[in-house]
Parts: sequence; structure tokens; C-alpha cells
Amino acid sequence: MLNTLAVYVENKPGVLTRVASLFRRRAYNIESLTVGHTEKPGVSRMTIVVDTDEGGARRLEAHLYKLVNVLLVENITENASVARDLALIKVGAKADQRSQVLQLAQVFRARVVDVAIESIILEITGTEDKIDGLLEVLAPYGVLEMVRTGRVAMARGIKGATPEIATGNGTRIAVFEEEHGVSYSV
Amino acid sequence: MMKTGAEIVWECLKREGVKTVFGYPGGAILPTYDALTKYDIHHVLVRHEQGATHMADGYARAGGGVGVAIATSGPGATNMVTGLATAMMDSSPIVCITGQVGSKLIGTDAFQECDITGVTMPVTKHNYLVTSAHDVARTIKEAFYIARSGRPGPVLIDITKDAQQGSTRFEWDDSPIRLPGYRPDLSPEDKEVAHAISLIKNAKRPVILAGHGIILSGASDLVRQFAEKTHIPMAITLLGLGGIPASHPLNLGMMGMHGEAWVNTAIQEADLLLAFGMRFDDRVTGNLKTYAPNAKKIHIDIDPSEINKNVKADVALVGDLKEVLEDLLPRVEQSERADWLGYIRELKGDSAVRDIQNLPDNGHLYAAHVINDLWHETKGRALVVTDVGQHQMWEAQYYHHDEPRSLITSGGLGTMGFALPAAIGAKFSRPDAEVWVVVGDGGFQMTMCELATIAQEKIDVKIAIINNGYLGMVRQWQEFFYDKRYAATPLVNPDFVKLAEAFGIRAMRVDQRHNVIPTVESARKHPGPVLVDFRVEQEDSVYPMVPAGADLHAMIRRPSPIYETGEDE
Repeated sequence: MLNTLAVYVENKPGVLTRVASLFRRRAYNIESLTVGHTEKPGVSRMTIVVDTDEGGARRLEAHLYKLVNVLLVENITENASVARDLALIKVGAKADQRSQVLQLAQVFRARVVDVAIESIILEITGTEDKIDGLLEVLAPYGVLEMVRTGRVAMARGIKGATPEIATGNGTRIAVFEEEHGVSYSV
Repeated sequence: MMKTGAEIVWECLKREGVKTVFGYPGGAILPTYDALTKYDIHHVLVRHEQGATHMADGYARAGGGVGVAIATSGPGATNMVTGLATAMMDSSPIVCITGQVGSKLIGTDAFQECDITGVTMPVTKHNYLVTSAHDVARTIKEAFYIARSGRPGPVLIDITKDAQQGSTRFEWDDSPIRLPGYRPDLSPEDKEVAHAISLIKNAKRPVILAGHGIILSGASDLVRQFAEKTHIPMAITLLGLGGIPASHPLNLGMMGMHGEAWVNTAIQEADLLLAFGMRFDDRVTGNLKTYAPNAKKIHIDIDPSEINKNVKADVALVGDLKEVLEDLLPRVEQSERADWLGYIRELKGDSAVRDIQNLPDNGHLYAAHVINDLWHETKGRALVVTDVGQHQMWEAQYYHHDEPRSLITSGGLGTMGFALPAAIGAKFSRPDAEVWVVVGDGGFQMTMCELATIAQEKIDVKIAIINNGYLGMVRQWQEFFYDKRYAATPLVNPDFVKLAEAFGIRAMRVDQRHNVIPTVESARKHPGPVLVDFRVEQEDSVYPMVPAGADLHAMIRRPSPIYETGEDE
């Protein structure tokens, strides 16, 4: 089962390696990982998609918390959330095919970001499914090159999740609920 | 006050209360060694950096403080990896400081350059690369805090040569710890505690599983009081030994692969397991699918990632064991459980007859006899440091520890070569303790270069080599599971007596039972290091034994000298 984790980390050298190394040594396979700045200075956010069962995901959360630079982990798999992937797709399109490709792009709300004599670059944002759908219909024209960001996700609603980097310790954030008979606060 | 990064290292160590460090100099750490001459901190020159890490580890385990090891970049640092992994697996608080090539040379494959923070990431609780003198003080402060708080563990600080040489203003108090993501102070929800109390109240056949956490958390007395109030018997993990007096009537003894049969049977038949600061290692559970099948589990541990890792907990209380028990103890009901305790007494059955102690003294010297005599002679008060293998298990079975921190051994990683250097560290930590190294002939040769450290520092440790001419535990597995094909286990050893004498260390040899006690006596009287080469039975095995991955109750028992029973299930 694919789990989506939002992991907030201190923006320090080596943090990505620490997180990636944890997945490797605890034998978890990363399906996708994105990382970038948040609205809070010094805090980066990773969106990690990992294939594991529920127990595995909970252990992974606990392991992530053991990394000193990890501030907060949220499993947003079950939350109402918005998930997006972005792709740049270079598709072969000679003059006689161009209008057909443009039409498909329009249907999928992809943007044309470059037009060359024999190819077009499309930019598409959406769920993985939607991007896979576009790729499928473009296949007959020849996908020459493609790059995807991997999933970024955010829970819906008013609650902002990004933790502050407070000075000192003692900040206690209730993270785990009692739902599974095992509860603890951190 | 302006100081160089190198001076700040020592200023910080002084303020952390460090009196002794274990290390080995080299190019990239030279500025720090040069600054050492201005400070009143004792430096123990080791013979191999692995030894330095085990010494720091032994120092920490014996005294409860943080041990410090120092090495240079490249090979000096990589030699520390085994010691770091050992400390990581056994939650031992050590800080390792390594030199690194100048920050401008990093990434150029400079002489003795190695990415040691990259290498040690999986075997440290945390690590740092420091490239500026300005960051040295804060980093060391954080490193000590991380090493000793929460679930303790090793921290490595890699300091570039220019960071050691550079100058900056040093103000200890102005170096605040800023670790916003670090939470060593977890505590359980009250309703979970209440749930645990109701499980304890309703349990008919409960067993406490006491692990290393009872010692690390300083909860030994509370665990004992808890057991006495509730009359719940205690089984102990290897690293928990000493945490509960071996002589305590509710102490069943060691559990697991080489635990006594009745201890494992009690666990298998329990209806409630109370895991106190232990992590259900495969060496104590055997086959997880058949492990304590009828028992509910209450798991108390400070590390949330241990919960449900191997064994699913019905109630998990995450927090410091001492704090949790302080809360729990007054709230649990007093009870007797006479039936259950009586039943466990019955389970002991013929085990006394099977005990190796009852084997006839027919001219053979058994390791178990040696260790039992050592226990007797030292009145159980020695601080014993063991290596890994058969002797380690015999020590656990036949040296009865009554005090916390009186047994130091590499449990999780099973690091051969650990004992000799760890004992050196332990002696520095507790100079008044009578320190005995119990080590096999194989493991001894992995780090025997530290005999030179013992000689140079005039360290009073007594070394008992349990010499059977084999890598004994591996040989035992070959005997049981590989049809006695002894591939690469027979050892041709040096003359250990002559070897010790070459280092200026007094040495003796024993091959008869009646010489054990007089030799131990004479070793104890000698005011300095002594090595005793005990030539024991070559093909003896440790019993009982649960084969790796087998059901905990399916153990291989010592063939009884009276009854014709071989194995039983």
C-alpha cells in the first residue's frame, strides 16, 4: 500500500542523506521523494511516497523521529489532501501532427512551454493518474523525453502544519493518536 | 575569551566533566593534540582506534557517564566504525572526535581523507562535520547531550584541521543547545498506564522481562520493588544481568538462546509479559510466530521505534522506565501468585542434575568451573568484562551478578575483541573496582595489542583467557548444525604466558581444576595486571541452546549424566 508522508526537517547539510539512508537500512523502498523549502525559514519539507503496510508506516514514522534533524512527520495517506505531480514532456510533433498534439494538451489542461520544428514541450500538473493518462495518448506521437517531480502533497483545511524551529527543547507536539491501542506523545 | 578550535575542544570536554580520553594522534587531529598539553585531561594512548572506542564504551557502561575517544582522519576514523556500531547496538553513550582534512580539501581525495560522517551515519545516534572554530563549542555541547539523553548512543564529531586551528571567541554559556527535532523526554498517556494496570491485575501467569533499560534508566530498585509488590517473576536479558540481584528469589535468570529451560518455558506459558527496557531481540525471542503465544504484552521503552518492531504490544508505555515505574508502582495492586511461582519452581525439574557444575571433576577443566570458581573467589563483587562467544554465555550463566554495571559485554553487535579494551575503559571509570576480563582465545587475539596500553598505563586488570583452542561458539554451531565439519575454527595460538611476559605483564597457566582457586587468589593479590591462560576442555558446548530461529521452548538440553534424555521439545 502506498503511504504518503510529509516530513519536516531542519534545512541543514546532509539531512536528505540521513533520511534516504534510513529508508535503505530499514529496508523500505522509496517510490518518490520531493524536497523543498516551506514558508518557515530553516524548515524544509519532504513528501515521501513509500510502499509499506500500516504497521510498517508507523514504525517508519518512529524511526524518522529518531533522526535529530527531523521536526515533524505526518502520514497524510488517509487525510483529505491535495496531491500533485508535475511533468515536462517533450513530444515529437511535425507540422502535420502539431494541431492534434495541441488539442490533446488542451483536453488535459497541459501548457505548451516550447515549440520547435519537430517537437513540442508540454508542462502538466496534476495527480499521477492524470499525467499517466496524457502520456498514454501522446505515446503514438513519440515521447522523446520526460521528467517528473514526484508527488507533493498537502492536507486540506485551515490547519498549518509546519513546525517552528523554536530555540531549545521541550516543545511537545501531540502526533500519535490512540487509535491503534499504542499511543505516545512526543 | 579568544581560543583556537583545538583549545575549545578541551575546554568543552573539561566542562563536560571528562577526566580521561582514549585516543591515537595523527596529522589531521594534531592541532588538538598540541593543545592537550595545556590541559589537565589524561590521555590514554591506545594501540588501535577500535580499542579507543571500546575503552570509551567500557568507561561509559561502568560509570554511567559519557566516554570519549579521539582519532585522526581517514584510517584513524574508519577504525572506529566497529566501536561505534557496538555502542549503537547496546545504547552506550560515547562521543568520538575525529580530525578531518582542511575544509578546502574536502572532496578532493586528499591524503587520509575519508567521508567519516557519511560512513558512520547508520552506526551513530547522530554525527557532525564541523568546518569552523566558531561551531566547535555548540557542537560538543549538543553531542554530549544527545549521547547521554533519551536512549543513549554514540555521537561522532568530525572537525576539519582549519576549524581546529582557527580562533574564535569562546563562551560556554553562550553555546545554547538548539535541537528542535530532538525529543528525549517522551511520556505515556495516563489512560495507557491505566490499561497496563488492569492487565497486570488480571494476569495469572505474568513475567517481567528486564533489559538493559533497567540499568540505563537507573530503575533497578524500582523494578525489584515492583516485582516484590506484585510477585511477578523476572527474566533478565544478557545486558540486563546485574540490574536485579541474581540471588533475588523472584529473579529467574537469563532468558533466550542460552537461558535456562525453566526461564524460557515460563515465558512461553505466560499470560502477560512486562517488557521493561528491552527490545525483543531475536536472541531472546526465538521464532516470533510461536513466541509467548498466549501472553498479552506491555512494552515500556524510551524509544518509540522499538514498539511493535518485533513483537506486537498490547499496551506501549513510551518513556523513561524510571519515571514510568514511579507512576506505576504505587498504583498496581499487591498480589501473591503462589500457584504460578510454585509452578515455575517445578519447571526447574532436573536442571540441577544436568548442570555442568555437577559434572565429575575427572581431570578435565571446564570453562563453567573456572567461571564459577572465579565468582566464588571474588565473592561476586568483581566488575567482569566479557568478550563474545561461549565464555560469554558461561559467564552469564555461572557468574552471578548482584550489582548493576558489574557485567559489561557486547550484546547486540556481538563484537569479538571488545573485552580487553572495554575493561581498560571500565577501570579508568571505576578505579576502585576489581576488574576481570573474561575472554576467549579467539577474541583476545583480535585486540591483544592493547596489552601494550595496559603495560604503558600500568592498569590493574586481571585477564582470564578461556582457552579451548577453537573459535568455540562457531565450533559448537558446526557440531550441532553442520555435522561437525570444523571449517576454519581450530586455532593455533601463541604462548599467551610468554606473550604477556613480553609486555611485562605477569602471567600464569592453569589446566587442572584444583589450581583454579589458588591462581585466582594469587592474581588478585598481585598489585598490577595479570593474565591467566585457562586451558579448558576443547569441545565443550553451552547448554541449553535454542537454535537460531527455533521456538523458544524447543531447546537442546545438556545431555544428562544420569538420565538418557538427549533433546526435548
